[in-house]
Amino acid sequence: MRQRLLPILVFALVMAAIPFVPGVPPFWIVLLDNIGLAALVAMGLVLLTGVGGLTSFGQAAFCGFGAYTTAYLTTAYGMSPWLTLPMSLIVSGLAAVLLGIITMRLSGHYLPLGTIAWGISLFYLFSKLEFLGRNDGISGIPPLSIGTWKMLDPGSIYFPIWIAVIICALLSMNLLDSRTGRAIRALRRGHIAAEAFGVQTARAKLLVFIYAAVLAGLSGWLYAHFQRAANPTPFGPHLGIEYLFIAVVGGAGYVWGGVLGAAVVVILKEVLQSYLPLIFGGGGQLETIVFGILLVALLQLAPTGMWPWLTAWLPSGDSRKRPAPADALPARNDHRPDTGVLLQVDKARKQFGGVVAVNDVSFNVQAREIVALIGPNGAGKSTTFNLITGVLAATAGKVAVFGKSISGARPQEIVNLGIARTFQHVKLVPDMTVLENVALGAHLRGRSGALASMLRLDRADEAKLLAEAAKQIERVGLGDQMNQLAGSLSLGQQRIVEIARALCVDPLLLLLDEPAAGLRHMEKQQLAALLRQLRDGGMSVLLVEHDMGFVMNLANRIVVLDFGTKIAEGTPADIKTNPDVIKAYLGAVA
Amino acid sequence: MVSGADSVGERAALNTTILLFLLQDGITNGAIYALLGLALVLVFAVTRIILIPQGEFITFGALTYASLSAGQMPGTIKLAVAMGVVAFAFDLFTFRKALHAKRVLRSIAVNIVFPMAIWGVMWALGGRPGNIALNIALSLLIVAAIGLYLYRIAFQPIAHTSVLVLLIASVGCHLALQGFGLVFFGAEGQRGPAISSDAITIGALRFTGQSIAVYGITIALIVGLWLFFGYTLYGKALRATAVNRLGARLAGIRTSLSGQIAFLLASVIGAISGILIVPITTLYYDTGFLIGLKGFIAAIIGGLVSYPLTAAAAILVGCVEAFSSFYASNYKEVIVFTLILPVLVLRSLAAPEVEEEKD
Repeated sequence: MRQRLLPILVFALVMAAIPFVPGVPPFWIVLLDNIGLAALVAMGLVLLTGVGGLTSFGQAAFCGFGAYTTAYLTTAYGMSPWLTLPMSLIVSGLAAVLLGIITMRLSGHYLPLGTIAWGISLFYLFSKLEFLGRNDGISGIPPLSIGTWKMLDPGSIYFPIWIAVIICALLSMNLLDSRTGRAIRALRRGHIAAEAFGVQTARAKLLVFIYAAVLAGLSGWLYAHFQRAANPTPFGPHLGIEYLFIAVVGGAGYVWGGVLGAAVVVILKEVLQSYLPLIFGGGGQLETIVFGILLVALLQLAPTGMWPWLTAWLPSGDSRKRPAPADALPARNDHRPDTGVLLQVDKARKQFGGVVAVNDVSFNVQAREIVALIGPNGAGKSTTFNLITGVLAATAGKVAVFGKSISGARPQEIVNLGIARTFQHVKLVPDMTVLENVALGAHLRGRSGALASMLRLDRADEAKLLAEAAKQIERVGLGDQMNQLAGSLSLGQQRIVEIARALCVDPLLLLLDEPAAGLRHMEKQQLAALLRQLRDGGMSVLLVEHDMGFVMNLANRIVVLDFGTKIAEGTPADIKTNPDVIKAYLGAVA
Repeated sequence: MVSGADSVGERAALNTTILLFLLQDGITNGAIYALLGLALVLVFAVTRIILIPQGEFITFGALTYASLSAGQMPGTIKLAVAMGVVAFAFDLFTFRKALHAKRVLRSIAVNIVFPMAIWGVMWALGGRPGNIALNIALSLLIVAAIGLYLYRIAFQPIAHTSVLVLLIASVGCHLALQGFGLVFFGAEGQRGPAISSDAITIGALRFTGQSIAVYGITIALIVGLWLFFGYTLYGKALRATAVNRLGARLAGIRTSLSGQIAFLLASVIGAISGILIVPITTLYYDTGFLIGLKGFIAAIIGGLVSYPLTAAAAILVGCVEAFSSFYASNYKEVIVFTLILPVLVLRSLAAPEVEEEKD
């Protein structure tokens, strides 16, 4: 904690001292003001684009909402700027809710295109509305003031701007380092894994979109009182592009990358604007040429931006140990049934167009039982998993847990019933640590929301989640790798991390999709021992596996699929001698 | 945007003449948007690049043509030569492990000789305004060269990355090229001479030769692209590249060549659009961006995959624009760009998100 705050405190002190250093040109202070304003917007983009994977070219429009709200209210109604601050933030936030409900649904490249479209649309709206002063905008906005001190010059508004930057950076970092933050960070890698652990991905996307918009609105509010005028130009599509540029330059995945990017771009722009005409003569926006070329070069040479490149030179002080012990999370299930049917798959069917991937398959999983689903490639095993966990909707048939149908339930509801899964193609967030990845599994067992996380009111809850994650990581034998990035582990180990993540759900039924693939012999034996231990502890396991030795020694029962149809079911001994199974695997006996 | 329906006069009751006039205006503009939309679909389908700099191809084509017609030497030729040199350097760097004479010679021919030859012709003309056909040919060649080198320099090295990275790079190219546009052509707008000054009158409507050329060329290009992609081996190779780069390479398709062809076609189409509209309306160095974006709206309605749907959508965009410029001229751009939102939502609902395997 202290280690985390110290650099920020030093930074804050340095920034606070700059205006008092004798001989600092006033012009530098103006530049620093502009850097701070851009940094606020870029920080929002870091969370939205770099962390959440949602690209927006329209952030400048939210600055416009913030700026015009205060401009209008202070000039038309004479409201105090401090009263318009919450109004500016609320208007930006509400605009984000409206636009977010429409655009956050957009998938893939439709999203950035959508943001370009409403960015341009809002720019023209600002410049056409009568009460916003059309192209001339609104002037005569009062300065910020405390008592009789009016912040008229760049040197005084410097303080509110940089206080806002530092506070927002802290809030953003707190947010990322929390239960909600992990959900946001998981978004970029696709929604299936996040939803499998109960994350409401649509809500998480909207949340981070609103957060970014509010930061932009704050920047707009400060801008309006800095310039004491607002006109449409700084809220147009080109500025929207520039903010994204700033985030990419600084390092879109890092909160401080936004600040660094703002500093680099604002200073570079200033230098280019003053020196390029001297070199090349003539007017024109020569700096946009250099900017464009730099952006392309940067993407080719250093796609992660400057911040990671900079921090690589610093000694890494981040050697966090095992999380401190905390109270155990309450077990989610009061009773673990000793007998009875846990999962019932009844004539489940899935068709993709004319292809029947799963053809009226029926089987069940009892309490305290390990069932293996085997079959040649393309037999429909993973599709069956997806039907059970709600990733795909069955064409026909029924899946029931404890006799209650879960047809049509969403993945988030199914995991809540105590069904946790792993994936055939590992779906971890490679740039999060093993601990953070596994803690995502406990998402539903925590309660803290975004606001609590930002204000660090979530620490007790968070400590429990992390302690649970650490416990499960040690249980699967990866205690030494806890603080490594998940992407740096071998594929076999990543599969084990997925199992730990699923265990964090405190499941009744564990669905494992090829857990032993990529493991060495010893590791397979350890995995088998772990699964037996889990079963004896009251958990059921349904696993898809190709390693026959592994399956035969472990499973209580085996279900065999071939071309989507169940061809056999029974104990390992039955299956070994079943002629249909031998035929499916080895072809017809001559 | 393209031609002024604002001049129709004051708010008047909707009578048939005005209706027809607005429709005609909308269809003419829509045809241009259709051309641009087609080029965008083409580039996206082959390279997954969302071609924001398409607007600059329009401006460059139009203003190069206007400058040539006015007897000036357009700056775009210098840009083409310079980009050719850079592209050649990129090629040499790529070939550094195996400098075969044949590859190097081919690269010299494409990147150095080709733009120098265009420059040579222009230099030989020595500032005399050539005839219209020659000016059009030169403008198209210059913009084609720029498009080709743009892909080589900016996109080929990152062709394997995500749609998003390509999009941001695309925005970077747009910024740089627009900046060059201002340097070359200044802040003042220009107009070019019409291809044909004939006109025919049918009832109340007057069809200029220019607008008939717009319709004819649009239809010809749509049919041409459809035939190219549907029935030729090269067209199929381009489509294969779009679906799966690695698979296409394993099947022996040179994916970088596919990208270059796509950019070549897109830049030529952009330049044609520019040359078609510059006699109708005054173009500024930054006008292309907005026109290009309207082509985008059409392309997105077409889902970035369908040519006929894109063409139909473009006509719709043109008509919406014409009618809104008549009834609410202040909010014309607002209306046109807001039009895209419901379309995007419908698109997203129709094609639910597919997990993109990223790594």
